[in-house]
Amino acid sequence: MSDCYATQGHDSLNQYILHLADNPLVLGQRLCELCTHAPILEEETALMNTSLDLFGQARNWLDYAVARNPQLGDCDALAMGRDERHFLNLLLCEQGNGNFADTMARQYLFDVWHRLTLQALCLSQDSQIAAIAAKSIKEVDYHEQRSRNWVIRLGDGTQQSHDYMQSAINELWSYSDELFVQGDDELQLVAQGIAANQSSIEVQWRATVSQTMAEATLTLPTDCFQKFGGKQGEHSEPFGLMLAEMQSLYRAHPGAVW
Amino acid sequence: MYAQMVETGVKQVKDRADMDAQEAAFMQQIDAEDKIEPQSWMPDAYRKTLVRQISQHAHSEIIGMQPEGNWLTRAPTLKRKLQLAAKIQDECGHGLYLYSAAETLGTSRAQMLDDLHTGKAKYSSIFNYPTLSWADIGAVGWLVDGAAIVNQVMLQRTSYGPYARAMVRICKEESFHQRQGYELLLTMMQQGTQAQKDMVQDSINRLWWPSLMMFGPTDDESPNSAQSMAWKIKRKGNDEIRQQFIDQTIPQLEVLGCTVPDPDLKWNEETGHYDYGTIDWAEFFAVIKGNGPCNKQRLARKVQAHENGAWVREAAIAYADKQANIKSQQSNTNKVA
Amino acid sequence: MNKTDWPLYEVFIRSRHGLSHKHVGSVHAADETMAMENARELYTRRNEGTSIWVVDSNAICASAPEQKDAMFTSPVEKIYRHPSFYQLPASVDKM
Repeated sequence: MSDCYATQGHDSLNQYILHLADNPLVLGQRLCELCTHAPILEEETALMNTSLDLFGQARNWLDYAVARNPQLGDCDALAMGRDERHFLNLLLCEQGNGNFADTMARQYLFDVWHRLTLQALCLSQDSQIAAIAAKSIKEVDYHEQRSRNWVIRLGDGTQQSHDYMQSAINELWSYSDELFVQGDDELQLVAQGIAANQSSIEVQWRATVSQTMAEATLTLPTDCFQKFGGKQGEHSEPFGLMLAEMQSLYRAHPGAVW
Repeated sequence: MYAQMVETGVKQVKDRADMDAQEAAFMQQIDAEDKIEPQSWMPDAYRKTLVRQISQHAHSEIIGMQPEGNWLTRAPTLKRKLQLAAKIQDECGHGLYLYSAAETLGTSRAQMLDDLHTGKAKYSSIFNYPTLSWADIGAVGWLVDGAAIVNQVMLQRTSYGPYARAMVRICKEESFHQRQGYELLLTMMQQGTQAQKDMVQDSINRLWWPSLMMFGPTDDESPNSAQSMAWKIKRKGNDEIRQQFIDQTIPQLEVLGCTVPDPDLKWNEETGHYDYGTIDWAEFFAVIKGNGPCNKQRLARKVQAHENGAWVREAAIAYADKQANIKSQQSNTNKVA
Repeated sequence: MNKTDWPLYEVFIRSRHGLSHKHVGSVHAADETMAMENARELYTRRNEGTSIWVVDSNAICASAPEQKDAMFTSPVEKIYRHPSFYQLPASVDKM
């Protein structure tokens, strides 16, 4: 099936909505890969809860993108029918699950950004964006509380868990600057009071994360090579494989009703 | 049924005349439908049987996440993905409710998991079959959960209080599972392409007999069922609930427009039940013994997750200990001040 | 206890405002914070709660079944504690 979602129907606002949708969609997919692999059964239900929340949020954003441009079809056509070059999620969200420290570090770094961004979007001039953000934020508050506790627990747990968590943070730090990069189109939306202003979010994010790292006895990497591209649809190689799996059944039966 | 052929440790059902006063009083309590509670006196064999049955039931919920999880990353729509994730999460929750009930009998979850990981404890035979298509997700919900529900409705009246209460909670939550499975299949049959319809029939063909095997062999082959019935752990015979399941399932099958792979299946006007063909018990015993299509991979996955998680569990304890130390030091300092 | 095994906590949930907390089961957790989170994940997946208590299982003190008679028989005799003990004329019996 050809990917017809590249060019049609995406004004800059829709691109932004897809970015907001793809973050939880892609992270939710990574989390559901962990099903039956959790370190303890209690954590199995918790990871699945987070994944469920994120898929629900992704669906709300995608539905809005479709409502603005009905020729896009429906939320499944967008989630299952787009090629990797047309996904606009942050690189952080697509990183592999690794060990439990990698999973929780990724979750925490994203959760803080996600919460701050949604908080800003609650005040968006676009009332639908504000409504979806307000609905999502309670869930994300809880995600952050949980992932923060795990970062601290593992950071200040045993020597082994400390080392795992420190190396997880070191690895993932390469994707931190991308959280705050905004192109001209997005900056225009910021100026209109529609999109979140990432420069003020960056200040809060760095302060919050630093405080947690200190509590977790972890150190923040300095002078870390930074990677960009997710928001322009330039992703990692494993991301394509993740999508291939996610989209395989949908694409094998074009037009089928499930 | 998620607990099959649970060993009671008895050669024959104990005669009331052979019981001492304590055990006779216990049986009176059972007869009077008074629930047995964790602190109550109970015969050792009753306690052990319960631990075996409840833990086997719990293990089945947990291992049962694997065949369903097999399709979670590939669910064809977001709606179906959400439904499946919620269902798998429920299975995990149900496993946890059951471990919690079993722990009131004095056996730790760590011990029960260890018994599972070393192959000493069993789980339901059904989860050793693979899920080979998306339709299997619907068929598991409809047939496997359907069979489990028949059993679990009965177990809401089981004699051990914490087990009965866990069952009430589980039954309340599980009613959505069977409906979502059936609705998934119905959508494919009524609105699907030929390929999708074929997928559904193929799935029923593969899962029908293993679903009937879930109830376990005919009761009269071991004293275990009779003893479990006397203790009112189990309230109905295996064949009785198997028949009940078939009778309620065939009309649903007809609405789907599918068939089951049993030429002997027909309505019997005289008995008011469906007659059905002979179950291949050789296959059942082979699966129970470890020679099903997925036994090794299911257990290996479970053991691997547990072992990979050891450092996480250890770290959480280490952190909790550190925090507790800090707290007690602070309170000592406060006392001095 | 093995150093990777987490202790057990009993969970109590208030299902609606105005009701008391009710025992629903247990969870394993390394500490109280985690016990609270785990209880939330496990026992309130369907909006069942407005408040949660978690208590270290070892902290529960339970009455012994063999003392059942000593503990609970006496009140059965004290029928004068119940309103139905007092016979009143029908015209004021709604009291």
